[in-house]
Amino acid sequence: MDSTDAIYNGLKQAGIDFIVSVPCINLKKLLKIIDEDEEITHVPVTREEEGIGICAGAYMGFNKPAILMQNSGLGNSINALKSLTELYEFPLVMIMSHRGTEGEPICGQVPMGQSTPDILKAMNFKYETPKTPEEALESVKNSWNLTNNSKKPVAILLDVKYW
Amino acid sequence: MIRKDAIENIIENIEDELIICNIGVPSKELHAIKDRPENFYMIGSMGLASSIGLGLALTKPDKKIIVIDGDGSVLMNLGSLVTVFAQNPTNLTWIVIDNGVYGSTGNQETYAQKIDLLEIAKSIGFDAHNWEDIDLKEIINNKKCSFIKFNVESGNSDAPNIDLTPIEIKKRFMDELKKN
Repeated sequence: MDSTDAIYNGLKQAGIDFIVSVPCINLKKLLKIIDEDEEITHVPVTREEEGIGICAGAYMGFNKPAILMQNSGLGNSINALKSLTELYEFPLVMIMSHRGTEGEPICGQVPMGQSTPDILKAMNFKYETPKTPEEALESVKNSWNLTNNSKKPVAILLDVKYW
Repeated sequence: MIRKDAIENIIENIEDELIICNIGVPSKELHAIKDRPENFYMIGSMGLASSIGLGLALTKPDKKIIVIDGDGSVLMNLGSLVTVFAQNPTNLTWIVIDNGVYGSTGNQETYAQKIDLLEIAKSIGFDAHNWEDIDLKEIINNKKCSFIKFNVESGNSDAPNIDLTPIEIKKRFMDELKKN
C-alpha cells in the first residue's frame, strides 16, 4: 500500500469530511487528493492555530474535522488545543508530518522534531507513531472514535522514513 | 458609547442568527445583555472568534453567523482576515468592536490606535463598513461576507461571570442547531 493512500483511506474510513491544512512536502500528494475530493471540505489556513479554531466551528456544524500539518504546527497551536479544543471537548484528529526525525535533511527541523513527542506527552494527548502504511491505515481509521471517546485531540505522527 | 452599548445595538438587530463572541468581558457583556442558546461564548483561545465562525459558516451554509470580535483579538490573528476572505462565506458577518485597548486586561493600548482595521479589511477585498454607515439587518442579509468596524470608547461594564461551563455552552449551542 502507498504511504499517502493509507492516510487518505484511513481518513475516509474514519468519516473525516472537513480538513484544514498547512502544507508539508511530505503531505504534498495527500493534500492534492484531499483537495480534489468533493466530499471533503478543504480549508488551507495561514497558520495552524487558526485551523484549530476553524475545526471547532466545523464540529459545531456537525462535521468531523481533522488538521494536516507539520509537527512545527503543533508549536503554533498549543494554547488553542488546550484553551479551545480540550476546554470545550471538541474532537479533533491531527495528522502530522513529523520532521526532524531519522533521515531529516534540514537541520532546522531537528529541535522541534525531537521535542514533539514530549510536548504531546506534556499536553496529555494520545498519539500514535505508525511506521508502515498498514499501521497508518489502522491508526487513522480509528482516530475519530479515539478523539470522540476520549474528548481530547489525538495525533498521528508520520516520521521522515514513513513516506 | 462603550463596548456594552455596541453589543446592545447589535443585539437589537438579531433574530435567529448564531453568534460567536470574543473571549473575556465581551462574552460576559453579551451574556448579561441577552443570553440565548444561539450564543457561543469564548472562554479561552484569544483571537480565534473569526476562525470558529468560519468553520461554522462553511458547515452550516443555511444559517447566518455573526462574529463579535475585538481589535486586540483581530490583531492576534490577522491571518484570519485573509483566510475568511479567501473562503468567502457569504453567510458570515464579522463585527469588530474597536475600542483601541485590551479591555479585559487593564485597558492597555492596542496598535489599532495607530492603524485602521477597516482599511486593512477593505484592502483585502472585504465588503467592509463603519457601523454608523450601515443597517446591520441589510448587511446580514446581503449574501456577502461582510466586515464591520464598530468604534467605541474604552471601558467595561460590570457584567458578572458566565454561569455556564464551556461544555454546557457548546452542548446548548449544538442542541439548538439540531432543532432546525
